[in-house]
Amino acid sequence: MLATSGTFEANARAGLANDNLQRALALMRSGFPQRRRLAVERLPEFEALREIGKSIKDHTLEHLDFYLELFEENVLASGGQVHWARTPEEACGAVLAICRSVDARLVTKGKSMIAEEVGLNEYLEKNGITTVETDLGEYIIQLRHEPPSHLIAPAIHLMKEQVADTFRAEHRTLDPERSLAEARQLCDEARAVLRPRFLAADVGITGANFLVAETGSSIIVTNEGNGDLTQTLPRVHIVMTSLEKLVPTLEDATTLLRLLARSATGQEFSSYTTVSTGPRQPDDLDGPEQYHVVLLDNGRSALLASEFQDMLRCIRCSACMNHCPVYAAVGGHAYGWVYSGPMGAVLTPSLIGIAEAGHLPNASTFCGQCENVCPVKIPLPKMMRHWREREFADKLNPPVYRSGLSLWAWVARRPALYHALVELASRALGWLGRGRGRFRTLPFANGWTAVRDLPAPEGRSFHSLWAERRKGGTGK
Amino acid sequence: MRIALFVTCLVDFFRPTIGFAAVKLLQEAGCTVEVPRAQTCCGQPAYNSGDRADAKAIAMQVLDAFEGYDHVVAPSGSCAGMIRRHYPELFADDPAVLPRAQRLAARSWELVSFLVDVCRVHAVAARWDREVTYHDACSGLRELGVRDQPRRLLASVGGLTLRELPGAETCCGFGGTFCIKYPDISDKMVNDKEAEIVATGAEAVLAGDLGCLLNIAGKLHRRGRWIEVRHVAEVLARMTEEVPPIGAPR
Repeated sequence: MLATSGTFEANARAGLANDNLQRALALMRSGFPQRRRLAVERLPEFEALREIGKSIKDHTLEHLDFYLELFEENVLASGGQVHWARTPEEACGAVLAICRSVDARLVTKGKSMIAEEVGLNEYLEKNGITTVETDLGEYIIQLRHEPPSHLIAPAIHLMKEQVADTFRAEHRTLDPERSLAEARQLCDEARAVLRPRFLAADVGITGANFLVAETGSSIIVTNEGNGDLTQTLPRVHIVMTSLEKLVPTLEDATTLLRLLARSATGQEFSSYTTVSTGPRQPDDLDGPEQYHVVLLDNGRSALLASEFQDMLRCIRCSACMNHCPVYAAVGGHAYGWVYSGPMGAVLTPSLIGIAEAGHLPNASTFCGQCENVCPVKIPLPKMMRHWREREFADKLNPPVYRSGLSLWAWVARRPALYHALVELASRALGWLGRGRGRFRTLPFANGWTAVRDLPAPEGRSFHSLWAERRKGGTGK
Repeated sequence: MRIALFVTCLVDFFRPTIGFAAVKLLQEAGCTVEVPRAQTCCGQPAYNSGDRADAKAIAMQVLDAFEGYDHVVAPSGSCAGMIRRHYPELFADDPAVLPRAQRLAARSWELVSFLVDVCRVHAVAARWDREVTYHDACSGLRELGVRDQPRRLLASVGGLTLRELPGAETCCGFGGTFCIKYPDISDKMVNDKEAEIVATGAEAVLAGDLGCLLNIAGKLHRRGRWIEVRHVAEVLARMTEEVPPIGAPR
């Protein structure tokens, strides 16, 4: 997928000016955090579970080579295949080769952020294979040719009236007079349109929420059941996934599933949790004839043993973006690539480079909400700060910002000079603002005064007043 | 107890009254208060801009200036959080300095939580006849767990009624240099905050961090709302008569 993270500021302004988006985000802001909070309150051991979830992921990452090999061994033992992909190109190539080997024309897809990351749909379409997204949100944005704006609710940027317009424009064989006013009607229509696609598909592609090393299984969770139809009906099931989805055991996976649903949607468990192990076995009633796992690296292994390793614990629950005031202001598309919100602000620079994605870790107030709700305790603000350190070390910040910062730091290391300058500035600005008590504009402070007044200083610095009172013996 | 006041750069420059309110509250709690002259800033602007070298140099200056006191207290959760939570992280790979950073971190506090948790102050002798609302500044809340302490002391202020702010724990959009680097996003955040404050019907809004207060006051005034904005210490220390509210005409 082509990144537009470099124009984050313009993207953000567009998001702020988009009324439909703002209405949708206001709904999100009141929905997800509230549901998560209630779910967490109902589970007294939630905090303990977070610690366990973190340690499961940390342990796996410390021994990733071992568990990856164990996983492959067990996939092979169950009759499946693992395709190692270092790059998006290799991942797309592997999928295309599998599709060609069975002469596939139609591919159904469950939700997969990895497929988005490698641009799989465009690649397959270019090679003459039709792809149909079956997650309702993904289906909607596929019709609209838009990227996802959220990890688990890819069409959260849209209001249902916009979806109705899209369905009317795209489902041209249906009665143009039909009512699409209710969400239920939209769901029913998507279901009716998708059902024959499920049955006709040659290959089904899903993502994976977890990969289980001890059994060679992949696990998906959905609330629509579309993933099950995608992976059991076609002859071939391809799992598009990345190496940090691995956990050692089924028990570990169930622990993380308890965290995932609560953190994501406030459910105790998602409606459908499906474990796939290999292709159809002789006694199975149904299932695919082939089971493939395409395991993408795309820069992830380079994060191991770096200051960003903790990011690989992420289970893609979306709690961080659901609670992020910056995400809630600008929406997911502003981030300009597949991943958005705080997790995107940390992950995106490591996948497409800090030069392109430099704004993302900077566009945070470090309010700490994301880390506070992360089910695996990823220190997201700390890692955004690490990106800012890389950016500073590589001299990628604007020169005027760098020199301003150096000048300030130089003065701040000289207390006598600093105190004299602060007193001078406080007196000057205090005098200038003595009438109104605030400034509507001020030279060199436009970033501040463009959107708010600047309260005027009282007119004397604390340190000079303190020194005077000490001297005069009138210290309060 | 011998206390060193970490004034904070914003209080020093914009609103010394908050510093004097802190001194008064600490003295009334039985502390001896000193203000080391060699302090300037905690280094957060450099630290959060990725400039670790300057952040470390400024932090070293703080370590030197605040050596030898029983406790260090700041009228700001943000600066106290920097010293308490981030100095040890800043010197994590510097074994020569790390123990000093950890010692300073362990005895550095945000003002109101210090009064309640360490000095065991559970009430103040203040009166302020106002309906107020309270904004929880992010760093104090999430880095230091400052939430109940200011409410506890405000409950003891005569004539004061607290109307809780929905979204009190949501960031106001200040974020240090964030508010000038991304003014459009900051604007949206502080607009939402302004609307929520107005909807409470409160006559005044209080918080424990001057950065947030400057941002909130600036937005309220830009939109023509004359709700009083003050640091919580001014109210607790009976100093509301000494200065007009933040950003108000004199």
